[in-house]
Amino acid sequence: MSGGVIFLLAVLGPLVLVVLVVWITYNRLVTQRQRVRESWSGIDVQLKRRASLVPNLVETVKGYAAHEREVFENVTRARSAIMSATTPQQAAQADNMLTGALKTLFAVAEAYPQLRANENFLQLQSELSDIESKIAYARQFYNTNVRDLNTTIQTFPSVIVARNFGFKEEGYFEAEEAARGDVTVRFTT
Amino acid sequence: MRPRKQPVAMSPSGSPPSSLNIYGAIEANKRRTILFIAVLTLLPAVVAELFGLAIGLPFAPATVVAALAAAVALAIGVWGYRSGDSLVLSVSEARPADRQQHPRLYRTVENLCIGAGLPMPRVYVIDDGALNAFATGRDPQHASITVTAGLLQKLEDLELEGVIAHELSHVRNYDIRLMLITAVLVGVIAMMADIFLRSTWYGAGARRRYRGKGEDAGGALLLALAVAAMIIAPLVAIMVQMAVSRQREYLADAAGALLTRYPAGLAGALEKIAGDKDPLDVNTKGTAHLYIAEPFKGQASAMNRLFDTHPPIGERIRRLRAMGG
Repeated sequence: MSGGVIFLLAVLGPLVLVVLVVWITYNRLVTQRQRVRESWSGIDVQLKRRASLVPNLVETVKGYAAHEREVFENVTRARSAIMSATTPQQAAQADNMLTGALKTLFAVAEAYPQLRANENFLQLQSELSDIESKIAYARQFYNTNVRDLNTTIQTFPSVIVARNFGFKEEGYFEAEEAARGDVTVRFTT
Repeated sequence: MRPRKQPVAMSPSGSPPSSLNIYGAIEANKRRTILFIAVLTLLPAVVAELFGLAIGLPFAPATVVAALAAAVALAIGVWGYRSGDSLVLSVSEARPADRQQHPRLYRTVENLCIGAGLPMPRVYVIDDGALNAFATGRDPQHASITVTAGLLQKLEDLELEGVIAHELSHVRNYDIRLMLITAVLVGVIAMMADIFLRSTWYGAGARRRYRGKGEDAGGALLLALAVAAMIIAPLVAIMVQMAVSRQREYLADAAGALLTRYPAGLAGALEKIAGDKDPLDVNTKGTAHLYIAEPFKGQASAMNRLFDTHPPIGERIRRLRAMGG
């Protein structure tokens, strides 16, 4: 081999390597971002399903406990917050609000034996609790994907590629500790 | 409401620890599947070649026979890949589970699929009091999960969740594809070795008729080699199958625990399965490695240990408990 060829290889070799690394990293980032978006829609479907059950639930409960106005207002407000949420963070906040409001609603319902015997009410209750665990799983899947994407964006050498092509870290969908805790029920009767 | 669970070293955001790289496992499994197909197609070819030479065929026709054997093995392998799962399901006498009849099973599978980001598999039930479950199929889009009626009856919700999560991990990791292909090809090799072994006797007779006596020394050696290969080939195939399925049970246990965030669920289920003495009636040797736990109960001899498809259940429970269950 002549000196010229060796020189060419010494320059081209690393260059080809760098191009390959950028190429692969870029594709991985796109794939991971796609997974985050896809798993977000998984949460969104369940949130909308849950919100769509709310008016029916409120109507049923109103038939027995019409004067618990504050409870209904909270639930309805949380519902419209979910419907109008545009970012995962807003949706998470609205969802936590709805979770808390529903908990209060069901706690209040305990005081009305006739309501608890209502078949429609029981069915709504079990459906809502099923959706709630589906949301929990969808959240878990979403957060896993967000974590994978954020890890790629933060670690070397992919951090360089991510910066240059404008990949942004995504936010986690967080369940509020307060929403998980016990609720204090204040009876207005 | 979803029962309170002890989180497994979760970060506040609810994301799992990143020690398990599922996507890496998937790639490795896909590569291994192709490698297996190559090895398990070559094996019959080698046996056929030796067999052809042993009965006195010249090299070229013997190679044609070998190529034919490889082609048949490959064809059966492809057929198994496309429809092996329905064969497994019918052998196991699994019938499709009705959503109305088994709402709890459906809900559990649905929820965990959401958590794992998998499409909903088909769900089957075996009418048997034994406690067992398996997953099969070629990829997550063509997968099915089967549980026994006994399992549905005797497990608590969180334990059932643990078992389903374990099976879904097999689906997600493409273990189902690897195990299906292995099952089919091991069957093919066993069958071919049997055919060759039988026809060797006739072949040996034919060779004596067509050839002079002078070449017998070389022929005898080839014949011995061919017979040895035919006996060894199925053994090698079966041992590959066992080694493959043993190590992936641990991985599926761990991945399943990661999915439910509750290792104690699966640990409890495995304890119940270990304590249950009822063997599965519809079990066969060919499908044993698909199940979540060894379906042959109380028949473990030293020989059976050697060909175990599953790691010792006590060790699996210990590892799950160590994760925080």
